[in-house]
Amino acid sequence: MKLNLKVWRQKGAETGGKFETYTVEANEHMSFLEMLDVLNEQLIAEQKEPVSFEHDCREGICGTCSMVINGHPHGPMKGTTTCQLHMRHFNDGETITIEPFRANAFPVIKDLVVDRSAFDRIIQAGGYISVNTGQAQDGNSIPIEKELASEAFDAATCIGCGACVAACPNASAMLFTSAKISHLNMLPQGEVEAAQRVLNMVDQMDAEGFGACSNVTACEAECPKDISVKNIARVNREYFAATLASERVSKK
Amino acid sequence: MKLDGKIPAGDLSEKWTKYRGTMNLVAPNNKRRIDVIVVGSGLAGASAAATLGELGYNVKCFTFHDSPRRAHSIAAQGGINAAKNYQNDGDSVFRLFYDTIKGGDYRSREANVHRLAEASRNIIDQAVAQGVPFAREYGGLLANRSFGGVQVSRTFYARGQTGQQLLIGAYQSLSRQISLGNVEMYNRHEMLDVVVVDGKARGIITRNLVTGEIERHAAHAVVLGTGGYGNVFYLSTNAMNSNVTAAWRATKRGALMANPCFTQIHPTCIPVSGEYQSKLTLMSESLRNDGRVWVPAKKEDVLAIREGRLKPTEIAEEDRDYYLERRYPAFGNLVPRDVASRAAKVACDEGHGVNATGLAVYLDFDDAIMRYGKSEAHSKGLYNASAADIRALGEQVVEAKYGNLFEMYEKITGENPYKTPMMIFPAVHYTMGGLWVDYNLETNIPGLFAVGEANFSDHGANRLGASALMQGLADGYFVLPYTIGQFLSGEIRTPKIDDQLPEFEAAEKAVKERLAQFMNIKGKQSVESFHRRLGKIMWEYCGMSRSAEGLNKARKMIQDLRAEFYADAFVPGDLNEYNPELEKAARVADFLELGELMVVDALDRNESCGGHFREEYQTPEGEALRNDKDYTYVSAWEWTDTSTDPVLHKEELKFENVELKTRSYK
Amino acid sequence: MNWFTRFLTSSIGKKLIMSLTGLFLCLFLIVHLAGNLQLLLDDGGNAFNLYAYTMTHNPLIKAVSYGTYFFIILHAIQGIVLALQNRKARNSKYAVKVTRTTGTSSFAARQMALLGSLILIFLGIHMGDFWWKMKSNQTNTLTIEGIEVQDLYEKVAASFSVEWIVAFYVVAMIGLCFHLLHGFQSAFQTLGLNHKKYTPFIQLLGKGFAILVPTLFALIPLYFYFVK
Repeated sequence: MKLNLKVWRQKGAETGGKFETYTVEANEHMSFLEMLDVLNEQLIAEQKEPVSFEHDCREGICGTCSMVINGHPHGPMKGTTTCQLHMRHFNDGETITIEPFRANAFPVIKDLVVDRSAFDRIIQAGGYISVNTGQAQDGNSIPIEKELASEAFDAATCIGCGACVAACPNASAMLFTSAKISHLNMLPQGEVEAAQRVLNMVDQMDAEGFGACSNVTACEAECPKDISVKNIARVNREYFAATLASERVSKK
Repeated sequence: MKLDGKIPAGDLSEKWTKYRGTMNLVAPNNKRRIDVIVVGSGLAGASAAATLGELGYNVKCFTFHDSPRRAHSIAAQGGINAAKNYQNDGDSVFRLFYDTIKGGDYRSREANVHRLAEASRNIIDQAVAQGVPFAREYGGLLANRSFGGVQVSRTFYARGQTGQQLLIGAYQSLSRQISLGNVEMYNRHEMLDVVVVDGKARGIITRNLVTGEIERHAAHAVVLGTGGYGNVFYLSTNAMNSNVTAAWRATKRGALMANPCFTQIHPTCIPVSGEYQSKLTLMSESLRNDGRVWVPAKKEDVLAIREGRLKPTEIAEEDRDYYLERRYPAFGNLVPRDVASRAAKVACDEGHGVNATGLAVYLDFDDAIMRYGKSEAHSKGLYNASAADIRALGEQVVEAKYGNLFEMYEKITGENPYKTPMMIFPAVHYTMGGLWVDYNLETNIPGLFAVGEANFSDHGANRLGASALMQGLADGYFVLPYTIGQFLSGEIRTPKIDDQLPEFEAAEKAVKERLAQFMNIKGKQSVESFHRRLGKIMWEYCGMSRSAEGLNKARKMIQDLRAEFYADAFVPGDLNEYNPELEKAARVADFLELGELMVVDALDRNESCGGHFREEYQTPEGEALRNDKDYTYVSAWEWTDTSTDPVLHKEELKFENVELKTRSYK
Repeated sequence: MNWFTRFLTSSIGKKLIMSLTGLFLCLFLIVHLAGNLQLLLDDGGNAFNLYAYTMTHNPLIKAVSYGTYFFIILHAIQGIVLALQNRKARNSKYAVKVTRTTGTSSFAARQMALLGSLILIFLGIHMGDFWWKMKSNQTNTLTIEGIEVQDLYEKVAASFSVEWIVAFYVVAMIGLCFHLLHGFQSAFQTLGLNHKKYTPFIQLLGKGFAILVPTLFALIPLYFYFVK
């Protein structure tokens, strides 16, 4: 199959970018990234600079891919990362537009590569349980209801890719932040620090320059791991309780 | 060079406890003055960096990823072993130790493996306390499943994403230490050299992958948790960026590379679909709990299937060869990985492979679906359920157990594995070999430590399923933080290491020259194309089966390819910018040397054991033929200069607690 | 920053203000609608005029109405500020825009600020036409049941005979419908009320409210224009 690619090229964070158009010969069994590999091999053969894009595991779990394909972060298929998107979902002769995740909090490094370190800083603000190595009691000493463990797991499956931010018209990071908070706050182990965690992490999220959530739910629709906006509601309510009812204040 | 494993004296089960109780400590006020560099932030690196930070050392942690949460540990699916015996099925520390030694075909150190089995229990506790959402039973207690090569259920799991959840646990602990200022995190920094001062590892040279800047980082000790080198085969289940560079740069500085030819080929991966293929995807070993492996017994059926005239579901039961169940009745579909992989190769070599390339076998869930369906129908009181209803119920059960894997399979292949059997084929997955380390996880360069897949220590010639996560975390959380004290306690009088020392100067210069060399080749062929060609050589001659003839041929081919690389590779872009092609060039250059060493190692080992199968050494039934008399040693290779031959150093393995037996899963 | 101001200026705090004021305005809509439906009675406007008198003379209701003005202004200002801030979170815009969501209406969710502005303009015209004219005594007075009241009914009938006003009212009510379609259930989500058992009910109620209330409001000018 023959494809026309409209790819965002940008030298660095400070420079502007623009679209370049390329033609590439692909086959339907290729993954989307393998199709880009073909494009890059083609560019290298012409002694041109290949398109920079980030990728690593290519099995949908590391969360490194960061491109928007025809307007969808990770492409048009529901619950699928870019690396697991296959060309059989595109048509011969189609024009595909490829852009980076766009948000001020995710500055472009080069072409389709963006800086998502804001997410790391949100986790550093409180996305952990304060337990040193060796302090743990026996794993079976805290029974956790199966359903609850499963719900916490649903939140914990977040791969930290940033598609939620890329999809949100406000570039809000609420789905990511709420998934991370929910995972820990739902479990008995995380309950001890729950109030402080939600205060610190929400504050850090705000400080990073993400927009506010306005419940559009584009994040949920585009999330490659189908993380639910229910987590956002949970964090809202925990944030109110932590601010208004508890005596804790944010340490950020 | 005399290799001293520094294994403590005493009874096997007492060694670690006694050693830990008597080893030298560093007082808290001194820890604050000691700097430690940790390279890599996967399970081993992140857990080590976090724990060292908790202990009070000044830690600098480096990753080439954009975040410490991305390392390939994240992709481990199936689970993590621990000798908890929660299932009351006779498990114990000794049994886990024994299974691991046996599974590794008696090519690992008893003392290390026993320590690993002891630590396994603490890992589960630690992970639970961190909030890792392991699977649970209805009573709220932890659930287990079984894995290949063992007869107990000791694998803890978090759906098909155990690695992800454990890595996030370690990453969160690391993040906490970063926020407390105990760990300084360097994302997007790749280590390109180790700096050795007066015989001790005192720092590293890194490249900032965004700006291209070459930086010096000094410390009292350096820990490498940089993973395995399976990508030397180009096609593997490793992540695209997994590489050997950190470990190889250490080798070039004098560290020894141990058992490099011990490679694990995982039996259940999605087969290659074409030339453009960039990586292979694993289907968790847990699938073999319920899936049955088979190929058509009749050649005409094979042909009909390849030509698309026949569907696998149309082949009658008696015309199918469930070769694992036939050859290994005791373990059946749950034989260890090396055995299952080789059996698949044999079936395909004999012409029974089922896809167009002839390199695939079936993994069939039909029986499991019907079995679960019947039990489900029974529990719902549907005694007269039709076959279709039973199938539908069974599919629901299978979906609950393996849904995400089935979905992944369908995404990649476009086929529905509930309706037609999966096609699988072995692929490179893990490397048991790695930097040689002693009992303290210290390489032969004092102050240079290696943890996780980067070292060679615990898995012998074959790793059992769900043991990689266990080893990475045991090293990082429960071993290295103690044993590093043995070295650092001697360094409390050493002032801060100065990065202006001539050794740093020289190392930085060497790195810059090497990178400039890649840019200046200005040839015609892409780096990727060299990598692909190297991978083909390695897979063909140093893959699932090896022969002296093939290996000799391969060595020459690799040398030629290396020469061609330095003459005709093309690296676009600039030194001082974000340049993934330059990163790749430096990594592939290292693979081009490591590949040769693997071949040399495979040639030296005139026996078949674990993942290393030499065609010359097999039983009449085609099983591996080990040679304990001559090869019960660790091959530790010294190779700082490619113009000379690698030098072999042997560490004899002593087995005092287990009897060396032919591994039989029949 | 003081914890309370910090709370109110946090991204979640700002949304809380939107949510609470929004829900209060939903209540107001019900009360206002109940009163206005009296316009449809065939009594020459007596019931409606008496109602209007009560609304402007009962001190308690007067106090509540000042609260309502305040909340309308707060909801509007906060909404505009939020929308502007949210736009600023992405300077570089996408070349291809898609609108996939899992919510009730992607259009409504994305265009809340636009719909809100339409409603604000409507409110300006609506208040200027009726409230201001009544306050500045530009309406006639008459006596019903011994009370001297302003004849707002007559004013309504006059306005609703003008074609463009009727059309504008209908358009504004369609805007309100979309605004509520997202706003109603979104307010509950912001408050943290997302529950497996109750959320489907809230969403159904929200849809019903968003369609029913604006439709009934829109019926009034249409009734006057076409029937009276």
